[in-house]
Amino acid sequence: MRKTLLDIKNLRLSFFTPAGEVKALNDISISMQEGDVLGIVGESGSGKSVTASAIMGLTAYPGKIIGGTIDFNGHRINEMSEKEMRKIRGKEVSMIFQDPMTSLNPVYTIGNQIMEVLKLHTDLNKQQAYERSVELLKLVGINEPEKRLKQYPHELSGGMRQRVMIAIGLACEPKLLIADEPTTALDVTIQAQILELMMELKNKINMSIIMITHDLGIVANMCDKIVVMYAGKVVETGTADEIFYNPKHEYTKGLLRSIPKLDSEKHEKLIPIEGTPVDLLNPPAGCPFAPRCGQCMKICLKRMPEFTELSDTHKSACWMLQKEAFEQKRREEK
Amino acid sequence: MSLANEKSTKNNTLVEVRNLKQYFPVSYGLFSKKYIKAIDDVSFNIKRGETLGLVGESGCGKTTTGRSILRLYEPTGGRIIYDGVDITKVDMKPYRKKMQIVFQDPYASLDPRMTVGDIIGEPIDINKLAGSKKERTYMILEMLNRVGLNSEHANRYPHEFSGGQRQRIGIARALAVNPEFIVCDEPISALDVSIQAQIVNMFEELQEKMGLTYLFIAHDISVVEHISNRIGVMYLGKLVELADSHELVFHNVHPYTRSLISAVPIPDPASSRKRKRIVLEGDVPSPLNPPSGCRFCTRCPYADERCKTEEPKLTEISNGHYAACHHLDKVQGN
Repeated sequence: MRKTLLDIKNLRLSFFTPAGEVKALNDISISMQEGDVLGIVGESGSGKSVTASAIMGLTAYPGKIIGGTIDFNGHRINEMSEKEMRKIRGKEVSMIFQDPMTSLNPVYTIGNQIMEVLKLHTDLNKQQAYERSVELLKLVGINEPEKRLKQYPHELSGGMRQRVMIAIGLACEPKLLIADEPTTALDVTIQAQILELMMELKNKINMSIIMITHDLGIVANMCDKIVVMYAGKVVETGTADEIFYNPKHEYTKGLLRSIPKLDSEKHEKLIPIEGTPVDLLNPPAGCPFAPRCGQCMKICLKRMPEFTELSDTHKSACWMLQKEAFEQKRREEK
Repeated sequence: MSLANEKSTKNNTLVEVRNLKQYFPVSYGLFSKKYIKAIDDVSFNIKRGETLGLVGESGCGKTTTGRSILRLYEPTGGRIIYDGVDITKVDMKPYRKKMQIVFQDPYASLDPRMTVGDIIGEPIDINKLAGSKKERTYMILEMLNRVGLNSEHANRYPHEFSGGQRQRIGIARALAVNPEFIVCDEPISALDVSIQAQIVNMFEELQEKMGLTYLFIAHDISVVEHISNRIGVMYLGKLVELADSHELVFHNVHPYTRSLISAVPIPDPASSRKRKRIVLEGDVPSPLNPPSGCRFCTRCPYADERCKTEEPKLTEISNGHYAACHHLDKVQGN
């Protein structure tokens, strides 16, 4: 049995805005083992990125964790002070952001920004830090690293900048790398390069990855385990095969039906999910997906369903499954 | 006889683009001027009632092509023939009624100070399509209806709508003048996955009902494959391959198309495990200094001396399938 690296339990996180409380994360539990590649999928506003920043201890004002725990590698993150957090952020857990254009500092050279991480977390001297930076840039496939270290972010292309971000993220060989939509701003051919690189590095330095994306294709390619989120709730988790071949939650099913598949031979009409994403200021009382769900029942509008365990790894929160389980039980009793 | 001939071509081909060139001047130093060759000698036809997809990476010229066809830019060279008439130099006013565009960003393309009714009514007013105020209102409501919105939406402002609804408003505005041809410039890339299918289906339904012809520009190849009859692939201002969409996805011959298609992540764990990706080296060169000869030669695995000096021409390799490459036999052998 591998070690549990990250364990989020019943996490609640709200943003207290002038318009009211936005429940960005509403009682979510996620756990992952060492060496896993975990994919978090969901549409904008589902809470993917908020989860990531909570793990990093970077929840921004007016957001606040109001319940639950985050345990990472022996640290209880939600109880740590900023000073303690700084010691592990960048060293044990690091993050790659969506937009490589804005997440690098434009007034410092690439070298400066990579060496900053090394200076903070390791006791390498200047010369050693420089050599390590050269090594890191080589690792992420940037040629002429000595020249690049002297350049500024604007002199590099989007793909190169994202590589630099990855190099910074990997500088201290973290246990966990959180990639928040790392390739959304990039073209497909560059995306393929970056994803390939991440998987290669994962095996080389034995880290775990949380991959946050809305692209189901990327998730199918990379992830062992998938968490599907909707409106601040986890609605289904399972292995990649379970989610793609045996989805149980109506949202997951709808999502899979609504994307065109490049390898399908004939022209099938897409089946969209009707309606619009929920307004988190006024979330519905029951299951958040109920207003858009084709199978919606009365109870769905009133109460949130519990998780139904379908296998050791697969669970889903939907009243349909509860109903099936109940009916089966009744049949057995008869 | 000749007249009948002319008539039949007039009926089949709606838009004909011949050797279109679009250069943008950029100042370079104090006196010298350089040109970005955004589109360089591109030719294709769009048949009446069909959807032609254009794909390629950012900066390849797909958006510029769409805008040049509508003469939103003045083409540097070449000809645009619409319904048998050369419109490269004519006054566009009468053609604006026939040719419309839907933009990428539904947040930026609607005037925030106008009500939805006025946004849709503006093209009706400009083209004096409504005889009376009552008729105008009726036409606006009809358009709203057609894109799945209802009459109460006419008095609201764009900020009150979600991304998907705004895109519907943008489409209603394009449809208001009852056009024949619509350039769809990345109309779904700013939308959530669950909403994309709604909009794609709507484009298809409208095409069926109103007999529209689309130029569908997008970087998401799975969506383009789904909606288009034929697809053109662009690279650095050149059309490198053009074929029926099924043919292009499954029997592509240009090395760039191959790597582009293989880089698209497929939302299916089993087939993506089996699939072999062709990962390209490096980035797209700057359009300011495109490579001589074949523009793809710097990243192409098949490139040799000839590719560096001689530019390949777009030639028909089988019925309706065009490609521009010197080494088609070698690529196909693989």
